[in-house]
Amino acid sequence: MGRGGKRMKEMTYAEAIREAMSEEMRRDEDVIFIGQDIGLYGGAFGVSVGMFEEFGEERVRDTPISEAVIAGAATGAAVTGLRPIAEIMFMDFTTIAMDAIVNQAAKIRYMFGGKARVPMVLRCPAGSGTGAAAQHSQSLEAWFCHVPGLKVVAPSTPADAKGLLKAAIRDDNPVIFVEQKLLYKKKCRIPDDEDLIIPLGKADIKREGGDVTIVTYGRMVEKVLNVAQEVAKEGINVEVVDPRTLVPLDKETIINSVIKTGRVIVINEAVKTGGYAGEIAAIITESEAFDYLDAPVLRLAGKDVPIPYNPELEKAVIPSEGDIKEAIYRVMNR
Amino acid sequence: MKIEKGTLLEMYKRMNEARVFEEKVSYFFARGMVHGTTHLSIGEEASGVAASMALNEEDLIAATHRGHSQVIGKGIDLNRMMAELLGKVTGYCKGKGGSMHIADVDAGNLGANGVVGGGHGIAVGAALTQQIKKSGRVVLCFFGDGAANEGSFHEALNLASVWKLPVIFYCENNLYGMSTPISKHMNIEDIAKRSSSYGIPGYIVDGNDAIAVYQRVKEGAEYVRKGKGPILIESKTYRWVGHSKSDANVYRTKEEIEEWKKKCPIKRLKKYLLEKKVLREDEIEAIEKKVIYDIEASVEFANNSENPPIESLLEDVYG
Repeated sequence: MGRGGKRMKEMTYAEAIREAMSEEMRRDEDVIFIGQDIGLYGGAFGVSVGMFEEFGEERVRDTPISEAVIAGAATGAAVTGLRPIAEIMFMDFTTIAMDAIVNQAAKIRYMFGGKARVPMVLRCPAGSGTGAAAQHSQSLEAWFCHVPGLKVVAPSTPADAKGLLKAAIRDDNPVIFVEQKLLYKKKCRIPDDEDLIIPLGKADIKREGGDVTIVTYGRMVEKVLNVAQEVAKEGINVEVVDPRTLVPLDKETIINSVIKTGRVIVINEAVKTGGYAGEIAAIITESEAFDYLDAPVLRLAGKDVPIPYNPELEKAVIPSEGDIKEAIYRVMNR
Repeated sequence: MKIEKGTLLEMYKRMNEARVFEEKVSYFFARGMVHGTTHLSIGEEASGVAASMALNEEDLIAATHRGHSQVIGKGIDLNRMMAELLGKVTGYCKGKGGSMHIADVDAGNLGANGVVGGGHGIAVGAALTQQIKKSGRVVLCFFGDGAANEGSFHEALNLASVWKLPVIFYCENNLYGMSTPISKHMNIEDIAKRSSSYGIPGYIVDGNDAIAVYQRVKEGAEYVRKGKGPILIESKTYRWVGHSKSDANVYRTKEEIEEWKKKCPIKRLKKYLLEKKVLREDEIEAIEKKVIYDIEASVEFANNSENPPIESLLEDVYG
């Protein structure tokens, strides 16, 4: 039993996503799922294994390799009464679907004077670490955060993935759901609860601490937690704030944490220039938390390069646990 | 196929509405009384109006940036449409969309689209909804010859064909993609031929013949309604005016434009109605007068409407 007497079960991030989709499809017949090889094949990363068998080809639909019309059709279906989930096999391929996402889905509600709803989810496997090189490894979430009308979610744990995906499916807006591929096999115990809904726009403090705040999301959360555990032995207590949803962003939780600790590092896997860590850093410096800062706000992010193929080079792009530790020492003036 | 008198009368009325509406809009733009831009469909009224009218009321359309005739054909409140062009809060989009985004989703108008080819995917998705919900409705997807060269055209026709979706892809070929003649942007004359690549029927219709357009789309709608999959219809037509308000028409001759003016779709329908004794001269005149009156009334309605309040700026980004 877990907290609150709820039954717990262990599952992977990929299983949690599958369970969220399946539960919502059982609950609401308007929820459908489209994408490339998501049917019998079970998805490029095996996320949807078994869904085709349960829901049939009417609601779990393999599409041609046509990202533009996958996103476009999801938009049209959403406007007319379905709640489509679309899988874009690699987030890199959203480039081919950008008109539908940015000019159509994101704009429709506002542009039509509030008289349309666009309840759709684009699931985007993202991130590096799989040896797939420059065109299959990007973290492009900042692009979508830059477009009003879109919501952007980037869960770091199986429990968050399940609860946030269920909320995203029930949301009346287009949601970009960023799934870092290296998380798919991560396991954790999650509440065995069909009503596990995590509202979009609510951060989670993954670890409490009083000395330095680290704001990060997705795959970097686990690395940061590992480092936090290590530096705790040296008497540095790190507070780890995982916004979970990038748009809307839970600014309050971030700002309050920085007011408490007076020091902050913002970390993302994506390239540094124009990355979302910069946005969060700017929000902090513009806020009342500025007056409480004992050190400059620090960013840690991926190098400004395409993701290289060689495993050692690939690893060197992303902030390592060593980099995170060094950054902590830096803001602590050690 | 016999077309009811009431339908013909309404068709003539709506084509006149489109013409007078756009002439009024053109006048406003020329005098700087409204801002932004607009894309007029003067000369293409049969192609837009008759196609939309051939649908059942509950069917859907995805319109284009040159969509005034298309949405008037679907049946629209001219007051709210004029108000939208003037950016007023009483407009279809509360003044936030303008000419390029007239939409009325609840009434089956999925919106005009500012992006060439932007409606293809939306139409396919809307048709998917109809198929899954077994609604019996069909979707009419308008686009131009220019959009037939967008990648979305290929993806949409292919997917709709594979899934047998109830959608009519309706290409208004007005011979120019902005200033570029069709001869310089594709190596074929008939866009309808592209249907063969998707294993679906393709048809060509004289887009300046309202009766032919109506019949072709009506037959097409019945075909796709039966679940046989999509079709492609190419409507050959011509816009008399420039691409948008900034167009000086340097890429075509006055003679060419005058030739097409002789093929005026409204005069042609009028001639048909009189010759076939569907309507008398005085009935025609009454319709034309009523249209002028209604458009003036729409201008008055729009002028008397408020601008959207500044507080509405941040509203409706999210639902």
